[in-house]
Amino acid sequence: MTAVGGAAISPAEVDLSVDLCGVSLPNPVMTASGCAAAGRELDQFFDVAELGAIVTKSIMLNPRSGRPTPRMVETPSGMLNSIGLQGPGIDAFLARDLPWLVSRGARAVVSIAGDKPADYVELARRVGQAPGVAAIEVNISCPNVENRGLVFACDADSSYRVVEEVRPHIPRDIPVFAKLTPDVTDISSIAGAVADAGADGVTVINTLLGIAMDPDTLAPRLGGVTGGLSGPAVRPVAVRAVWQIRKALPDLPIIGVGGIRTGFDALEFVLAGADAVQVGTVIFHDPSAPMRIVGELRDELAQRGISSLDKVRGAAHA
Amino acid sequence: MSATQVRGTVVSRTPVGDYHHLVIEAQGVAASARPGHFVALAVGGPDSGMLLRRAFSIYRTSTTGRYGDTVEIVFAAHGKGTRWMADLAPGDPIDVVGPVGRPFALPKEPVSCVLVGGGYGSAPMFALARALRDRGCAAHLVLGAATTPRLFGVLEANKVATSVHVTTEDGSTGIRGRVTDVLASLVDDTDAAVVYACGPMGMLRAVADVAEDNGAWSQCAVEESMACGIGVCMTCVLPVEGEDGIVRMVRSCVEGPVFRGDRVRWDAVGTIPAGTLGGPR
Repeated sequence: MTAVGGAAISPAEVDLSVDLCGVSLPNPVMTASGCAAAGRELDQFFDVAELGAIVTKSIMLNPRSGRPTPRMVETPSGMLNSIGLQGPGIDAFLARDLPWLVSRGARAVVSIAGDKPADYVELARRVGQAPGVAAIEVNISCPNVENRGLVFACDADSSYRVVEEVRPHIPRDIPVFAKLTPDVTDISSIAGAVADAGADGVTVINTLLGIAMDPDTLAPRLGGVTGGLSGPAVRPVAVRAVWQIRKALPDLPIIGVGGIRTGFDALEFVLAGADAVQVGTVIFHDPSAPMRIVGELRDELAQRGISSLDKVRGAAHA
Repeated sequence: MSATQVRGTVVSRTPVGDYHHLVIEAQGVAASARPGHFVALAVGGPDSGMLLRRAFSIYRTSTTGRYGDTVEIVFAAHGKGTRWMADLAPGDPIDVVGPVGRPFALPKEPVSCVLVGGGYGSAPMFALARALRDRGCAAHLVLGAATTPRLFGVLEANKVATSVHVTTEDGSTGIRGRVTDVLASLVDDTDAAVVYACGPMGMLRAVADVAEDNGAWSQCAVEESMACGIGVCMTCVLPVEGEDGIVRMVRSCVEGPVFRGDRVRWDAVGTIPAGTLGGPR
């Protein structure tokens, strides 16, 4: 494989800016949905306006209590979570959370989630009209109550249908990303389906479904029985998913997410073909991580004499 | 209130009975800490495979010692993360986020108060007793544990509290029994207006009931397992009834850890009780 870059340059010479489907980001690092609430808590640890974007926790039409506790289990270099999309519902989100994020000057990427396609449409319409939304992420890793609880993102037709119905309700200048689950046979075909349906890009990956047992009760440890596995343990799976989609769909914008803990981890995703990245579970370990990773990514590029992300994006496919 | 993340340094770790007393130099955490606040510690070192923060009530803070700002906690080595902490030595780095949470609410009037600490849950009670007495309140302290090595701070209690009452389940120190065995008469005898408590959930529930039966307010610091400690992960929720009568699943890290005992749906912890906002229909 061809070596990229050359003699080290100053970190100040590295341009981390990204144009993501017409949205200018100062750097490619975002928070991952569900790991940053709506940004306010993390503003204590770094300036949310400096990060590439804040992706808010998936919002649903109505308030939702989520699942019973225990909601998480620590696993080797990861965690299982079973939150159950607890949230205040779209009215409270648009009245309180989004305006705060926008007023802080952050680029707000709003994640939406529904129980049926009509929910997504209504959410898309409401969020698409709200001022200051930089992009919408459609979390299709939810059970479809109208189709035996089958997760939308596990099925190409269901994924296609949600995105196709949602896209016309969102202004053209607000890009739409579909967030895909890795729990499928061929993630590239799902990515292709949502792209055909009008998604501007994909976010990969959501968590992997898992179960952990309790040594005392010998029963599942999570109140919700199954949970989503995340953290550095899943990173190679996520890098692989990005790599496969980039190979199959050379021009589809990809946001890579899964287990990023350091600047080099972020660079791995870029090499595999990601246009931007998201930092999730590691925020629980280190709430300053998103901006730390921006700095580390800058250093990783500078050390290798790489002046911009364009020079290495997808380099693993060369 | 705003939490700080700081790379702390271990000043000392001392075994105390079945527990460990950890003193950490952590600049910027101590000054704004109030009794009932906690710190969330990263465990396992910089490349740790243990991602979740461990939350501990603040036992003591200082801004004037020879090590600068220090924060102190008491913990039991009962899991992988706390066993790592039990091997910490002076000079070791440890990442600290704090102070976090809502502290104990203090009465405006110089009323009588009862403070209950179960096991190492007594840790925040000494600073609380001082704060209460500084404002003219009486602070009667009840310390309880299964056995004597699981009591924490009996000597210190004698220095800071108006009166001290100790229970052990095996009867090795103080009165044989549980804190609730002495609580009702103490609340009655001292005409207590507020009962403060920190310890296991079962104890908190019992304390909240005794307080309510005796016409006292209760302020309970809950112990729910947390992943982040700062309000973003939504794992540490429990059902709490608001002033509007609606039960919500609220985060114990930022909306607690201190709750009014009569607001927590103790019977339903670990479930989503019927009627909860956004609950299953």
